[in-house]
Amino acid sequence: MYNYNIDMGLVKKLEEKSIKIRKDLLNFIYRIGMGHLGGELSIVDIVVALYHHYMNYDPKNPKWEERDRLILSKGHCSETLYTIFSDLGMYTMDYMVEHFETLGTAKFGMHSNRKYVDAIEVSAGSLGHGLPIAVGLALGARMQKKNWRTFVITGDGELNEGTNWEAFMAAAHYKLGNLVAIIDKNSLQMTGFTKDVMTIDPLDEKLKAFGWEPVVIDGNDMYSVCEALQNLPPADPFVRRKPIAIIANTTKGKGVDFMENVATWHGGGIAKEQLDTALASVEKNRRVR
Amino acid sequence: MPVKTTFNFDQMLSSAKEAYGEEMMAMADDGLEFAFTYTDNVAPSTTAGRFVEKYPDRCFNFGIAEPNQVGASAGLALSGITVFAQVFGPFLSLRAADQIHTDIAYNDVNVRLIGTHAGVTAGGGPTHNCIADLALYRAIPNLTVVIPADADQCKKVMRQSMSRKGPMVIRIDRGGSPNVYADTNYNFSIGKAIETIPGNDVTIISSGSSVYWSMMGVKLLKEKHGINARLIDMHTIKPLDTDMIAKCAKETGNIVTVEEASINGGLGSAVAEYLCEHGFGGKFLRIGLPDEFAVLGDPDEVYKYYGMDPESIAEKTAILLKTL
Repeated sequence: MYNYNIDMGLVKKLEEKSIKIRKDLLNFIYRIGMGHLGGELSIVDIVVALYHHYMNYDPKNPKWEERDRLILSKGHCSETLYTIFSDLGMYTMDYMVEHFETLGTAKFGMHSNRKYVDAIEVSAGSLGHGLPIAVGLALGARMQKKNWRTFVITGDGELNEGTNWEAFMAAAHYKLGNLVAIIDKNSLQMTGFTKDVMTIDPLDEKLKAFGWEPVVIDGNDMYSVCEALQNLPPADPFVRRKPIAIIANTTKGKGVDFMENVATWHGGGIAKEQLDTALASVEKNRRVR
Repeated sequence: MPVKTTFNFDQMLSSAKEAYGEEMMAMADDGLEFAFTYTDNVAPSTTAGRFVEKYPDRCFNFGIAEPNQVGASAGLALSGITVFAQVFGPFLSLRAADQIHTDIAYNDVNVRLIGTHAGVTAGGGPTHNCIADLALYRAIPNLTVVIPADADQCKKVMRQSMSRKGPMVIRIDRGGSPNVYADTNYNFSIGKAIETIPGNDVTIISSGSSVYWSMMGVKLLKEKHGINARLIDMHTIKPLDTDMIAKCAKETGNIVTVEEASINGGLGSAVAEYLCEHGFGGKFLRIGLPDEFAVLGDPDEVYKYYGMDPESIAEKTAILLKTL
């Protein structure tokens, strides 16, 4: 790994933000009655670090041409993005609740739709689509000599889909140094542990064999997340190098004791009593350096 | 006004598959910006191959991986570039169906999917036949579907597509097809069907390479049966030019459709749906590939076997009109 000094003040600030986002997210899911809390909680730290610091991004102008692009390939976890958009002042929580999967004004869907929400780069829902699209975006940046970077977040269960491996091949073939894949490796998919449903390991060795540079981190540890994102190579599209895959070991349901590592929290709503317990749990598990 | 057509098969043979490469070259030379993605079937000796050699920085080969190619084409388009994506038709429509639906159409991006080897033109049997594509494409929102009748029309479609927003499929054959239009200086507009031959006894509505067979069929109808058939080149099957269908139904009464695709869900189905929903009471016949995996053989043999050749078109139409 690289040897960079990480600004501990920044790490603390992002840790605080992640705690707030987890609470906002729980409240949001409680109000809309449907979510995918397990996978949504596992990516909070990564998405917070990206939107609040590491992505070149202007919340006041989500279509700014020079912005870094983020594709949430695991589109069922879009509520994490919405919660962050709300925190960044782009849409109020009340507005999102009011317009969540509402006939006629269905602006915010369980699976994100770029037609309705400017801040969404790619409409998603069906799995295994994000990485090929990200390859195209990264090639597009190169073709147009643009310095923005493409991030894509995929689940580890999602890697069962063969299109990911076609895209891993293509990204390495084209030496897309301006592409970063983040694999939310929470080791669970809908019906159980990935090792029982469809073995994905050894993931780092597979990616290495596919011509990528894997970086394994603790995806729920902000220092580890910052270290990986800070050490990314330049986004210059003409720097041809191995694409980076950040294998983020995470915990499904992270921060809420009764949800952690429980496959059934893949999808569903949350009752009032569960919400109160969950919020208390996030506070109890507060870990700020 | 009907446009001038040609019946000179031998001298007018040209290939839409070559034409799309030629037109890409011409458009790039004219300074138009677009990307080209392809799979592992663009030979360097083709015009598309020469385009790749001349403009390597805008061309991306995805190997034998159609879903990835189509998904990446959506990504390229999302970065702000119009994309021409050439894909082997059967594998585009079936293997990359999810990517056409989700990545291209749902995201509503400017990708022009050039599906080659339409119908049975690839040869090689049912795995290489492209017959289910129209039924699929018709059910996907946002998608415009154009089937050029000849090589020149393919160029017109490509050039015109540069000023259109949203995704499009351009469906072309494998190899050489006769030119339908002797004078290429005619008005062409995506979504507006062309009255190719005038006539009042029956209307034959066709698209793609079957426009030429239908044209020959129209000639035989006149010569052998004294029937004046009108021929419509319905090059765009989505959105369908229903004004033209209504006009023909009103003026000629009887309608025959001819297409090189499965009889289920393609042009004939689209026309039938419109006619039924609008109280049309004339005779109606669909000619196309039946609901079975096609017999093996050269395309010409297969057409004859399934009654899609000019003689069969004329005969079936004459039977429909009870003059035979």
